Amino acid sequence: MKTKTLKHLLSLFTVLFIGVAFFGCNSQSELGSNSDAAQKVYVAPGEYDEYYGFFSGGFNGQMGVYGLPSGRHIYTIPVFSQAPVNGYGYNEETKAMLETSYGFIPWGDAHHPELSQTNGEIDGRYIFINENNTPRLAKIDLKSFQTTEIIEIPNSAGNHASPFVTQNTEYISAATRFSIPLDDTDVPINSYKKNFQGTISFIKLQDDGSMKLDFQLLVPGFNYDLSHSGKGPSHGWSFFTSYNSEEAHTLLEINASKNDKDFIAAVNWKKAAEYAAAGKGEMVKADYRRNYYDHDKHMAYSEKHTEVRVLDPSELEGIIYYLPTPKSPHGVDVTPDGKLIVAGGKLSTVIPVHSFDKMIKAIENEEFEGEVYGIPVLKYESILAGEVENPGLGPLHTEFDGKGNAYTTAFITSEIVKWSLETFEVLDRIDTYYSPGHLMIPGGDTRKPDGKYLVALNKITKDRYLPTGPEMFHSAQLIDISGDKMKLLLDFPTEGEPHYAQAVKAELLMKDQVRFYKLAENNHPYVTRSESETKVVRDGKTVHVYMTSIRSHFTPDNIEGIEIGDKVYFHVTNLEQDWDVPHGFAVQGARTAEILIMPGETRTLVWEPQKVGVQPFYCTDFCSALHQEMQGYVRVSPAGSNTPIKYSTGK
Amino acid sequence: MEAMKKQNMIIMGVAALLLGLVYLFPIWSIDLQAPQYPEGIGLNISINVIEGKRPQDLQNINGLNHYIGMKPIVPDSIPELKIMPYIFAFLIVTGLLIAGFGNRNYVLAWLILFGVLAVVGLVDFYLWEYDYGHNLDPNAPIKVPGMSYQPPLIGSKQLLNIRAVSLPHIGFYISILSISLASLVWWRERPAKEA
Repeated sequence: MKTKTLKHLLSLFTVLFIGVAFFGCNSQSELGSNSDAAQKVYVAPGEYDEYYGFFSGGFNGQMGVYGLPSGRHIYTIPVFSQAPVNGYGYNEETKAMLETSYGFIPWGDAHHPELSQTNGEIDGRYIFINENNTPRLAKIDLKSFQTTEIIEIPNSAGNHASPFVTQNTEYISAATRFSIPLDDTDVPINSYKKNFQGTISFIKLQDDGSMKLDFQLLVPGFNYDLSHSGKGPSHGWSFFTSYNSEEAHTLLEINASKNDKDFIAAVNWKKAAEYAAAGKGEMVKADYRRNYYDHDKHMAYSEKHTEVRVLDPSELEGIIYYLPTPKSPHGVDVTPDGKLIVAGGKLSTVIPVHSFDKMIKAIENEEFEGEVYGIPVLKYESILAGEVENPGLGPLHTEFDGKGNAYTTAFITSEIVKWSLETFEVLDRIDTYYSPGHLMIPGGDTRKPDGKYLVALNKITKDRYLPTGPEMFHSAQLIDISGDKMKLLLDFPTEGEPHYAQAVKAELLMKDQVRFYKLAENNHPYVTRSESETKVVRDGKTVHVYMTSIRSHFTPDNIEGIEIGDKVYFHVTNLEQDWDVPHGFAVQGARTAEILIMPGETRTLVWEPQKVGVQPFYCTDFCSALHQEMQGYVRVSPAGSNTPIKYSTGK
Repeated sequence: MEAMKKQNMIIMGVAALLLGLVYLFPIWSIDLQAPQYPEGIGLNISINVIEGKRPQDLQNINGLNHYIGMKPIVPDSIPELKIMPYIFAFLIVTGLLIAGFGNRNYVLAWLILFGVLAVVGLVDFYLWEYDYGHNLDPNAPIKVPGMSYQPPLIGSKQLLNIRAVSLPHIGFYISILSISLASLVWWRERPAKEA
């Protein structure tokens, strides 16, 4: 009894102590010149941010768009998760985007945004993002900020090392984080070493902008974590970190942390693509979907695929070499000149930096220390360019400023460390709040970084903002990297869990933004281009309502003849041809989300009325001065009552 | 009467031919300015058509106007737009003939005719604007007592939340240039003073 009281007292003491430690000192005090920082991030009313920032939403499955340097959240692009905000993934037009070989999946885990590149520079065409849980890869059109394609990756699990583009976006890569028995084989889990394998996939961006799973490389059953493509002299190669070379299948935190070195897989994708083009490897049965959005029809379609080309690097020479790399490397980043490969050995006390030139020489001279499952392992000493000493604990990711410096996040010591690519010496360090994962410099993984700002994407928020109960947004910090010393400018909350982000100069995207869709070009199968074409058509138990919306009424707005047991499709075309005049549509008791219809677009809400009576519907988007008048009624009669179909507006 | 100098005949011909450009450029412009339209919205009036400054503007102006009960602007139903191209064709043909004849008095007659047509045109435009601005649907959702919505013939006027700015466009200035050239011809051909 006595000892218990003592324990309680002690723990109370500890809590008090930590409390004082946290709140007693002002963590912002180091900022010094707050007004200077405020000026740098202040975007006056009516003015624009300098950059678009694309932040993955992590477990919200979407992509957040933030203005930088202000940190203002300006949009969320629905990608892998249903979005009740506009009906994405709920309405008939976009449901197909979320189809998979497992059926319809309403949620995803989105990690890494990746802007398309031409000649190693951001070109502003597309941004890609991966889905980790049910391996998929999405393409977003940057003219409309809409998801226009999602391709599923078969023979994969945990699509983490994705999507990383090659220098001209020839390919987008994807690799398994979780190795699995392929072909969905039913085997004991402890037969891991015998049966489990990984794959690295290369998805081709074709000339018409569509994605095609070109080939997969069969790789040993490690965990493939992250990737980056080579550029300039290393163009043609891609680098994938792997951990769990121990091939553990349980308690990985201990069992996968044993080996001193794991591997970076250096993949000669150009050579692999040649093999694939020559018909090497074999076509393997696979079950995956490619979903795409047809702009002309304003409708998504899901395409079933049944096979994929698989290349085995242990049989086809020269596709993969392993670069030994200390302690479960996480990020792998290639310098802007394409000459150095920086690894984030997350349990390592140094940052190892490999040389691409040395790697090529070591391959030519066959300086191998052995082989793993038929894949040559190069000698660490033969490929190493240098090691960065004292980089902080838990180094994860590195980006570059284009001025000869690298910046690495240290998760455990919660800081960003700036170091020289020339001397490999640490030049500066700055605290982040708290525990950064990725960091981002606009263009920081391309040939032309824009070394003005850096964003730290933190994993822990705690006391940074007004408390919102146990669950809170993640924190990001904007850091000025234009001078010798890094300076903290801004701290802003971000939705979901942004793992990685990318940013692009606003002017590259602004000029081509779609403001509305042309009604004349809307070829939706149920489009209604004018009020005179509106109608209600019964086909057995199915009723199609061809409806239009324009400020401030629906046509028709009185509908009769619907019965219990009917399936009613409201195909609503927004007749507006003006910027920022969406109309919404919702009907009482509909067991789905509203539809939000952009000007010139058609969207379909399916309603299966449950109750006899008269149900109202209305516009959900405050569209005009008479928005509150924008409403209508549907009369629902009992099943079999044969109430005639009647519809009108203004009668 | 003596024929005009060759140079003046050419100038008169240019004055007539210049009017051909009126078929290519709008003659009048109405801009509507409101905070909700940072991108601008407006109409261009040509001799044969009324168009939005951008393709969607006419539909949107009609959409806005329906709240205050103005009739929709339907270019196909405006007879002036059918007649005006012929009037300008007539001016071009007669202008060219006069340039050929080289008769100073005919130049004056052409100028007077042009002037009369211009005044008639502007009066007609004013009356059209008056009708649109005053002849309102009694069932309009927005009714402001004493308020009418006639845009100014020239200049700007605040109409509820919208400032309407009405100004001549390129076609008008081309016509002015044509008139100036014809006037110049008439002036240069003035009879020499008796010594």
